Amino acid sequence: MSMELLSEDQQLIVDSAAGFLRDGHSIAAFRTLRAAGDDANGAILPELAEMGWMGIVIPEELGGVGLGYRSAGLIAEELGRNLTVSPFVSSAILAGTALVSAGGDIGCIWTPQIAAGGAVFALAVDEVAKHRPERISTTVTGASDGLKLNGRKTYVVDGAIADRLIVTAKRGDDLCLVLCDPQVAGVTRAPQMMLDHRNAATVFFEDVAISEADILAQGPAAEDVLAKTLAAGRAIGAAEQLGVAKAAAEQTYDYLRTRKQFGVLIGQFQALQHRAADLYCELAQVSSLIASALNALDEDSDEVETLTRAAKAKMARVGRQATEEGVQMHGGIGMTDEMDLGLFMKRDRALTEFLGDAGYHTEWILRQRCI
Amino acid sequence: MDIEVFRSDTRAWLEANCPADMRTPMGEEDICWGGRKFVFRSPAQKQWLEVMADRGWTVPSWPKAYGGGGLSGDEQKVLAEEMQRIKARPPLQSFGIWMLGPALLQFGSEEQKRHYLPQIARGEIRWCQGYSEPGAGSDLAGLQTKGVDTGDHFEVTGQKIWTSYADKADWIFCLVRTEPDEKKHTGISFLLFDMESAGVSTKPIKLISGASPFCETFFDAVKVPKDQIVGARGQGWTIAKYLLTHEREMIGAADSALFAKSDLAEDAVSAIGLDNTGRLDDPMLRAEMGQFLVDEICFDAHLGMTGAYMRAGHELGARSAELKYLGTELNKRRQSLRVAAGGSDDLVWDGAAYDAGQTAKDWLRSKANTIEGGTSEVMLSILSKAVLKLPG
Repeated sequence: MSMELLSEDQQLIVDSAAGFLRDGHSIAAFRTLRAAGDDANGAILPELAEMGWMGIVIPEELGGVGLGYRSAGLIAEELGRNLTVSPFVSSAILAGTALVSAGGDIGCIWTPQIAAGGAVFALAVDEVAKHRPERISTTVTGASDGLKLNGRKTYVVDGAIADRLIVTAKRGDDLCLVLCDPQVAGVTRAPQMMLDHRNAATVFFEDVAISEADILAQGPAAEDVLAKTLAAGRAIGAAEQLGVAKAAAEQTYDYLRTRKQFGVLIGQFQALQHRAADLYCELAQVSSLIASALNALDEDSDEVETLTRAAKAKMARVGRQATEEGVQMHGGIGMTDEMDLGLFMKRDRALTEFLGDAGYHTEWILRQRCI
Repeated sequence: MDIEVFRSDTRAWLEANCPADMRTPMGEEDICWGGRKFVFRSPAQKQWLEVMADRGWTVPSWPKAYGGGGLSGDEQKVLAEEMQRIKARPPLQSFGIWMLGPALLQFGSEEQKRHYLPQIARGEIRWCQGYSEPGAGSDLAGLQTKGVDTGDHFEVTGQKIWTSYADKADWIFCLVRTEPDEKKHTGISFLLFDMESAGVSTKPIKLISGASPFCETFFDAVKVPKDQIVGARGQGWTIAKYLLTHEREMIGAADSALFAKSDLAEDAVSAIGLDNTGRLDDPMLRAEMGQFLVDEICFDAHLGMTGAYMRAGHELGARSAELKYLGTELNKRRQSLRVAAGGSDDLVWDGAAYDAGQTAKDWLRSKANTIEGGTSEVMLSILSKAVLKLPG
């Protein structure tokens, strides 16, 4: 149903991703993980690395495959469709983007590790229940030879399994991006299971000793790196959410084609046809917006902020429409755990909150237009 | 030709040939529609049409043999970008370009293409579309205007309604039931005829905006020569459907062409003002505008993707209904927000103040967007059947 033109390479990615996930990491596999209480899906990481996905946005000279954000978005969409649990967004996209754009020696050390699946990274940016990366009370203090990190970060996705964290903190008035090993003294992690069977940890930092070398970027440089990182995360997060929404919609269209009531297929009812067609139109246009946002990231255009925020905001609304309509049109059966709709709804809701919901990003667009 | 060479040549040519007066924002009254009765608003408007038509650039995608520019998809995009760069107005807009031309290119005979298309490209003949009838609106195929075969011509009798600019048009492309014994969809033919033919009359319909862009059109035993049929007898519905996809793409994408796209945010701030946090001093309106702005960015991205898709040689087919639905619903919201942002200033109807009620008139005009060319409900029905394959 897509109108976006894909290159041959990109079409190959879609096909191989769809095949790979269907065979080993489908929704059935997700249910198995859930039943076993496994929120890490550790087995998938070497496979993702083997296919080059963990290095998808990392340039070849830094150990990745450098295929870019549009390609990464196609993978994320397939991950969304299959509800696949993986550290793709946290490690490959957020940390990959942060380390590549921060540059410097420390980035060069870690990017090949991320690409190879040798290390998992997580980004710790929030301190409250909503995404507000500008509100930072975590601090870096002390003299150069004895720096301390203090504070608390909330809802760090993949924080519980990460080998390294990238933490936002204030050093005086400067923003800092701090590389932190969660195993060292002073770091405590409190994992929490979220409604979508994904883990998000609260991480406490108490007089954690760090060095100047652990500061990936500071001041305006750190602002730039963080902006790029969050933009990438928003667009890829939206792409994953698009996959969830499309899967929910397709199951729903199928149901309309097969379920009988009053002696007819319920898809014959115009009340349902029109709602299904409206959903289809919304999915089509948000698809284009997300693809445009990803292209803007690849081109590093001036439109990155606007398009990634609009994509995240719009996808939140369309994702809700797709999952709510899915449950409603299925009727009672849609409320059961046996059907996938509830799984889609829960994942969709978590992705809406991830890196900012519709209200947060719409507010930015309004402010940018000076209203 | 190397595309960058084409770009620099085009840029230089436009710089040299586009009159300064044709590089300013235009209102609806500045549109050049062409045709026998058209009165140019300025010498510059006439000159701009002529130089563009000489180059085939009033219809850049059409073959050169038919008065077009013969440009590739990439070249068309470059031309559009370069025109936009200097804010050049479209030299000519017409139903001939948007609708009849594509239908003739697809279904017309070679002779018809050579005869009619260059006239459209040069703006010599202005066309109108005879589709809807009093008893055939959304149910268009139920049309009853009949064309009786009298040997050397069809004799056309009946009534059309909502014929855009019928009173200003030179010729009409018209759906007529020529095969009364055939089924609903297979009894219709696609005829072309001169609006000055004996038996044709028009009557403008006054709308809620006060304007009369639409007419009732009456045919009383109008003689139409038989070579003025496009395609085969009974093939009219197929051609009509093809043409409707072009109309829907056009309406869906046309908000910028038909409506002044003033800056909504700026207008709201100047009318309402900001509160002490720098936000529009109307939180509910502001929230609604935020959602609209996101949707506008989204639809623009979708149009961009769709354009690239079509330039790559794909047909939209039934998916033109998707653009039509999204674009027109969005434009209705845009116009409602403009009126809400302007307050009573935008409800002024007459006189010199506040642009003589143009905002209110645009707002009222926009209500037809989700009706004309197929209602939103018809669009959703088409999509649910043709694309989603839901049961009929």
